[in-house]
Amino acid sequence: MIHLHRVTKSYGATQALRAVSLEVAAGQTTVLLGPSGCGKSTLLRLVAGLIVPDEGNIRVEGTLITPATAPALRQRMGYVIQEGGLFPHLTARENVILMARHLGWPDGRIAQRLADLADLTALPLDMLDRYPVQLSGGQRQRVALMRALFLDPAVLLLDEPLGALDPMIRSDLQDDLRAIIRRLGKTALLVTHDLSEAGFFGDTVVLLRDGAIVQQGSFRDLVERPAEPFVERFVQAQRSLVLE
Amino acid sequence: MTRTVFLLVMVLGSPSVGAQGDDAPLVVGSKKFTESVILGEMAAQLLREAGLAAEHRAEVGGTRVLWEALRRGDLDAYPDYTGTITQEILAGEALPDEAALRARLAELGIGMTAPLGFNNTYALGMQEETATRLGIATISDLRAHPDLAFGFTNEFMDRADGWPGLQRAYALPHADVRGLDHDLAYRGLDDGALALTDLYSTDAEIAYYGLRVLRDDRAFFPAYRAVFLYRLDLPPEAIAALERLGGRIGEAAMQALNARAKLERTPEALVAATFLRDALGIESEVTVAGFWERLWQRTAEHLLLVGLSLFVAILVAIPLGIAAARVPRLEGPILGIVGVIYTIPSLALLVFMIPLLGIGAVPAMVALFLYSLLPIVRNTHAGLQGIAPPLRESAEALGLSPGARLRLVELPLAGPSILAGIKTSAVINIGTATLGALIGAGGYGQPILTGIRLDDTALILEGAVPAAALALAAQLLFDGIERLVVPQGLRL
Ligand SMILES: Nc1ncnc2c1ncn2[C@@H]1O[C@H](COP(=O)(O)OP(=O)(O)O)[C@@H](O)[C@H]1O
Ligand SMILES: [Mg+2]
Repeated sequence: MIHLHRVTKSYGATQALRAVSLEVAAGQTTVLLGPSGCGKSTLLRLVAGLIVPDEGNIRVEGTLITPATAPALRQRMGYVIQEGGLFPHLTARENVILMARHLGWPDGRIAQRLADLADLTALPLDMLDRYPVQLSGGQRQRVALMRALFLDPAVLLLDEPLGALDPMIRSDLQDDLRAIIRRLGKTALLVTHDLSEAGFFGDTVVLLRDGAIVQQGSFRDLVERPAEPFVERFVQAQRSLVLE
Repeated sequence: MTRTVFLLVMVLGSPSVGAQGDDAPLVVGSKKFTESVILGEMAAQLLREAGLAAEHRAEVGGTRVLWEALRRGDLDAYPDYTGTITQEILAGEALPDEAALRARLAELGIGMTAPLGFNNTYALGMQEETATRLGIATISDLRAHPDLAFGFTNEFMDRADGWPGLQRAYALPHADVRGLDHDLAYRGLDDGALALTDLYSTDAEIAYYGLRVLRDDRAFFPAYRAVFLYRLDLPPEAIAALERLGGRIGEAAMQALNARAKLERTPEALVAATFLRDALGIESEVTVAGFWERLWQRTAEHLLLVGLSLFVAILVAIPLGIAAARVPRLEGPILGIVGVIYTIPSLALLVFMIPLLGIGAVPAMVALFLYSLLPIVRNTHAGLQGIAPPLRESAEALGLSPGARLRLVELPLAGPSILAGIKTSAVINIGTATLGALIGAGGYGQPILTGIRLDDTALILEGAVPAAALALAAQLLFDGIERLVVPQGLRL
């Protein structure tokens, strides 16, 4: 579904990604895991075509991402970031339907899709007329998810979608999000730095360190058969955090 | 009471906007001092008497501005002085006599009428009574009275063609000579502390203080004979009309006219009309506008200056701000150039406009337009650059085209900043537009200019107060617009 071949990206002297190759299977959730600054967001931005790799190439559904193909491909991918990235000058509803409007969808179709998605994400309908600042963090992320899903994309790109939420809300939304992804059968690429979240979502977990993939496989593999000491340390660190 | 009435009456002599066509009225200009305004009024009334459409643009500026405007054809005629023409306009050229001057002007397409009669040059004056008692009529006569106290303006003390030259030319032995302010000099003469001061030979104060002007018997001071300069392409009947004043105004007459306008505050148009009636038997009709009519007219002029320049500035500055924010190669040049324009002193910018665009509302509007660019360009640029990267990224990730991103997301988010820039421009523009009067653009600057010339605070306030009120109104208007156009989500 998504195919990265020896992708390299640098910011000045910082090597954000070093020759990363990765296969993201269709209909599955692949989790990008790793400490802060290891290149997770950079990888997601490259897939979304927001930035261009220095070397290597990326294909989505077989199409090479270039500045020319990116605009059309973006409509096949939904993108959700930590704080939701909702436009503050638009209501939740306007945020969600912005792209469909722009593409000239008929009103009826827009209304139908809106109702379906509100139902799916369990967002009370009256919340749709509020501006982002008038919504709670969890509600904002539900709206952001509705916006990402509106054009029924094949792929969901989620950059720490629950990162800014407090624990109670976070666990509710975690359940809902996983259920939605599974129900819709989406291919998802989800970024987190949280081990338990990776385990909760990931069919496949990819652990990154300093812009390179250290290990990829099932969550169980990662925990039980760490490929190198760094993986062990990473797992240990997060475990002890939970226990203490 | 009479004074108030006079204050409430001012001449309706509107600088009109627009280019000159074939049937456009002839335009007479005048400099920023009372005598010039009176002479300009006379010229306009004489032209009208000859059946020609004519208007007077009063207090347009200094010699350079009027001369340039005459050469360009923005003006058809204005009063000047032979000494000014030879010493300032054509400085450094050998022009031994009036015939040579006339020939040189003709090469430039400019005609000069016969002198109007009076010579407005430096002169020395003393109390009539003292002069009679001591038997002093000429400057040479002063040599016999070495004990007299002299008080001169500082300029006259310093200029080579002032006191130093005069003392040498007449071999004056006086030692009690000091520099002081013009008004103080008149008062000193009045209370006897001073015996003699310098003045201009047609000053209104000469008659007011009862002074005798001493005859320059060695012809030390250059002649500043008043004339009209006009374009040689004027119709013959226009030139004939201007020539009618040749030799008709003597020094005493001009002093009296200046006194009526400056000391009695009679509108220049009335002063001119009265003189033309008495001297030439011309009945000219003079329209005078009341306070409200005048205020309305100045307001309309000011609003046009500000409104049009600001409107065009908005249309140009927002795209420039967008280009600066989105095209890295253009960012430096655009911000740099509008920044530099903004630092040009407004007076200098107005004067730069004259050779290019002449005088009147158009060059003033262009200058105001240029000033209005910076706040809008800078705020548009800053507003767009200030958008949080995640928002910009989200808009792009949605698949919106660059144009749609700008329209649907980025400009609305930058809106409050852009609007603040426009508000700043509007307020600055309203203040700066008062300077437009210096190049004949009218507006609230006109009464301010006249008020400064006549030392009349009420008249200055008549321009300054409405200008301040307009700035305040603009502020309120933009606050209202902000409430209308800034999306609610950004105001919560
Ligand atoms: N726009 C950018 N300019 C400069 N450096 C960047 C930029 N984006 C990311 N980086 C650097 O690239 C590295 C990877 O960043 P990122 O992909 O955001 O990490 P993560 O999402 O895993 O925390 C970091 O060292 C970060 O500082
Ligand atoms: Mg990140």
